[in-house]
Amino acid sequence: MSLEVADLTFRYGSKTALDAVGFIVPPGRFAALLGPNGAGKSTLFGLLTRLFTAPSGRIAIAGHDMARSPRGALARMGVVFQQPTLDLDLTVRQNLAYFAALHGLAGREARSRIDAALDRLWMRERASEKTRDLNGGHRRRTEIARALLHRPSVLLLDEPTVGLDAAARTAITDHVHALARDEGLTVLWATHLTDEVANDDQLILLHQGRILADGTAHELHGATPLREWFLARTGAEA
Amino acid sequence: MRPWVTAFAAIVAREALRFIHQRERFLAALVRPLVWLLVFAAGFRAALGLSIIPPYQTYITYETYIVPGLCGMILLFNGMQSSLSLVYDREMGSMRLLLTAPLPRWFLLVSKLFGATFISILQVYAFLAIAAAFGIDMAPGGYLAALPALLLAGLMLGALGLALSSFIKQLENFAGVMNFVIFPMFFLSSALYPLWKMAESSPLLRDICAVNPFTHAVELIRFALYLEWNLPALGWTALATLGFLALALRGYDPARGLIRRRR
Repeated sequence: MSLEVADLTFRYGSKTALDAVGFIVPPGRFAALLGPNGAGKSTLFGLLTRLFTAPSGRIAIAGHDMARSPRGALARMGVVFQQPTLDLDLTVRQNLAYFAALHGLAGREARSRIDAALDRLWMRERASEKTRDLNGGHRRRTEIARALLHRPSVLLLDEPTVGLDAAARTAITDHVHALARDEGLTVLWATHLTDEVANDDQLILLHQGRILADGTAHELHGATPLREWFLARTGAEA
Repeated sequence: MRPWVTAFAAIVAREALRFIHQRERFLAALVRPLVWLLVFAAGFRAALGLSIIPPYQTYITYETYIVPGLCGMILLFNGMQSSLSLVYDREMGSMRLLLTAPLPRWFLLVSKLFGATFISILQVYAFLAIAAAFGIDMAPGGYLAALPALLLAGLMLGALGLALSSFIKQLENFAGVMNFVIFPMFFLSSALYPLWKMAESSPLLRDICAVNPFTHAVELIRFALYLEWNLPALGWTALATLGFLALALRGYDPARGLIRRRR
């Protein structure tokens, strides 16, 4: 089940934030959406998650057109937003149960899925803790566990490692790569950090609202280190 | 239908859990009307003479008169408080989580509205219980009859808060809501003084009060507490609820509204 974006254009007043953006992430692929700050990544995520809609272009999540079947598309999509979205006064389990209910899951079914999701991210023993008491890495893990509760086909993550230390960043990046590789999840991972991109990931380079490159990472940057390649293409600091 | 019920129950339960975690909010919501009832009203009792007006059958004390207005005050402040929390939620991201649930957006927002209104109504009944302890009580049936009136008034004020939250760009702008919405709405209403009394000082002010939806919400509650129907108040309050809700849904429409405009 793939993610398809075609000819997406979006403007804030007279400023063009996205200009005819299009790409396809095939099923089970980890795609890194790489771009400097201000490239249009957050706008693209706003459109992909239907926080707002674009006047032109098309988005399809696992075959469901976002404009014609938004509920079908949203049901097949898991999202980890850049901003924290946990209720800090609630426990880890309560946060997950709330999200499960928003997706129509309750009772025994919700409980077993929550336990499984927490186990997968080594968070089971923290289930009764308030999320306020968790460190940044554990909060992110909780958000990833939550995003997988309804068994989505496509997982979107908007700069999910912002503010995390190196160990937590590596653990989360590796885990999401494994989700794509082992469980066939289609992943779109927005970042401005080149060290989060593996050589065989699909790399989509977004700059000033346009796709500058789209292909397998090592084929795009070749022998040039990715960081240098990225800087040369965007003139930005990685 | 089951996923809708599950989601509705979760959204209401989340509001309740948030409320339990913010006990100071509960106290603040009670202290405000109690200060008005026990301090302000005591001072004004001598200054304001009240005649017999429906739904009252006899002369009443000023404290008795302002109880329905103070119920409205709780709903008004809570409606705005929930608007503030919506702006906060939007800035913090948790509103995004709600809006990306695979359910119609209107349903998610209305569910949130119901959750906030239930909490407000609990506070109103706590206030009415304290007022009764001070001797300002109604017929037992009045407390029950007031429930649908409180629900509608709460939904109206919550919908107003929701509409405002979709137009307020940042949390810092919220102070303006206090100055330009809450205070005029409260003082230009029949909450503290009857409209005939207002007409004595200014017919224009009386007319402004008469079109203020908050006046009608207060009158709806007042009449219900005395087991009487006030159909014009019911009509106005219902109409305002629909109007504010339409405005809120437009504000949160993904194809327009603030979320689309802001970066």
